[in-house]
Amino acid sequence: MTDAVLATKGLSKSFGALKATDDVTLDLRPGEIHAVIGPNGAGKSTLIDQICGGLTPDAGSVTFLGRDVTGRSVPARARMGLARSFQISQLAMEDTVLQNTLLGAVGAVGSPWRFLWPVVKNRRLRARADAALAQVGLTPHAAKRVSELSHGQRRLLEVAIALTLRPKAFVMDEPMAGLGAEGSKALTEFLDRLRAEAPILLVEHDMDAVFALADRISVLVYGRIIETGTVDAIRASDAVRAAYLGADR
Amino acid sequence: MIPEKLLNLVVLALLLAVPYWASLNDAPFTITLATRATIFALAAVGLNIALGMGGMVSLGHALFFGIGGYTMGILAFHAQSFTPLIDGPMVIEGTKSMPVIWAVAMGVSALAALVIGALSLRTAGVYFIMITLAFGQMLFFFTISWSSYGGEDGLSIFLRNEFPGLDTLVPFNFFALCYGLLVLVILFNARFARSPFGLALNAARQSPDRVRAVGLNPQRLKLVAFVISGTITGLAGALFADLNRFVSPTMFSWQTSGEIMVFVILGGVARLCGPVVGAVAFVMLEHFLGGLSEFWHIYLGLLLLLIVLFARGGLVGLVARRGAAHD
Repeated sequence: MTDAVLATKGLSKSFGALKATDDVTLDLRPGEIHAVIGPNGAGKSTLIDQICGGLTPDAGSVTFLGRDVTGRSVPARARMGLARSFQISQLAMEDTVLQNTLLGAVGAVGSPWRFLWPVVKNRRLRARADAALAQVGLTPHAAKRVSELSHGQRRLLEVAIALTLRPKAFVMDEPMAGLGAEGSKALTEFLDRLRAEAPILLVEHDMDAVFALADRISVLVYGRIIETGTVDAIRASDAVRAAYLGADR
Repeated sequence: MIPEKLLNLVVLALLLAVPYWASLNDAPFTITLATRATIFALAAVGLNIALGMGGMVSLGHALFFGIGGYTMGILAFHAQSFTPLIDGPMVIEGTKSMPVIWAVAMGVSALAALVIGALSLRTAGVYFIMITLAFGQMLFFFTISWSSYGGEDGLSIFLRNEFPGLDTLVPFNFFALCYGLLVLVILFNARFARSPFGLALNAARQSPDRVRAVGLNPQRLKLVAFVISGTITGLAGALFADLNRFVSPTMFSWQTSGEIMVFVILGGVARLCGPVVGAVAFVMLEHFLGGLSEFWHIYLGLLLLLIVLFARGGLVGLVARRGAAHD
């Protein structure tokens, strides 16, 4: 736990009588992809929201880069280098790919309070945005409006925006959702390379992607982590099979 | 379809050319109409920052228009009656100087927008509309009961205020001042829309979650935009009071807020010169249709209905191609 980039300890959140997350303790170590899997309604999105600062936990703590960030806001955690992607793409759809990426650069550099200088002519911001777009392969689409992009390209754009933050950790909420087999395969390959940038906490339903990528897997059922282990250990776990994977996995 | 830049230049050139022609042909009423349209356009350019860029549907912008108007009225009233604005150990006199009045009007409007924005932005959607409306109505009823400054009857100023080196009593000169300010604000707005702040504000309207996720606070961005917006509309209020040499609680009324919003929607929300086109169209309709029937608002309503149903980009959107904000 001591070398973890990101860690939760005893994270609990209830909505009325429903315990969305119940005493969740997990960590994300340097260079790894740690997948969180679980059936619908297991509390995965609630967990991500607590980790990223959108929800305040009822109990427990979130530690990032060795600091307790439980009371910090979403923007404060993002400025520390906690980058996230959303289950449903959150992008400025009327703006271009470049503008969306520049937004990340503006946030990363902390320079939104400039009112008169064109953002595209700011070399520092532009260099950061261009590098991120090149990294995800979206440079040829920079001038397109986001509404013209395919679903897979929007997923990559979310990653590009996250890259402008020069993140210390990624939190990804179902990045494969809505992608076809080809798109899913391409993104899996991309995420495999991305782990060199920063470790990834990956919430995902696509089990092929999870088994191909994850160093460790945590299984969340009814808000509780029932098992954490390597791919092989999770595959071999009777408890996991009974609760989530089924006999054929 | 023509490029939006070209349309903007044509609109601004026409807005200057018509009153100039009128000044050569001794038609002061035409100049007054153009000045009225210019001031309305300035108020709407202010609202367009909140509404078009920030997505804040403010039904209380009359509050800033009224604050600007009453700032002018109060300062000029004390200057013309030779009574101090504030008496006591530190005496503050009124003034007839336009630049001073503009600066004070903008300062007071900015402060009001900061307080009202900070409170209103805790809400969203219909609640935001209602709370901004409520603030406007509070000031409306306050000025009705403010007998020191005319109460319900309003406040008359005998002479137009002064601007160094210019005879403001000449209608075209006063128009030129208003026009100059409008062009300055539009130029500011054009730069502003392309700036890092403009980019972040636009994104905050479209996807606040994304803005938060890159480390920015969308509420703070919107608050700053609301303050800039209110400041510009406040300046327009000071000019409007000077045009009429009269201020009254009507400047604060929700109908005034509605009219400012109509200018923006009619011309084109988030279009640089949309508010100018909307304000000019409104003043022309008011003048020409108002001469035919006192129920001319029916035709305005019909036009608005058609615009909202068939031309979301307003009158500007009907004829101009939209350029990307950050080319």
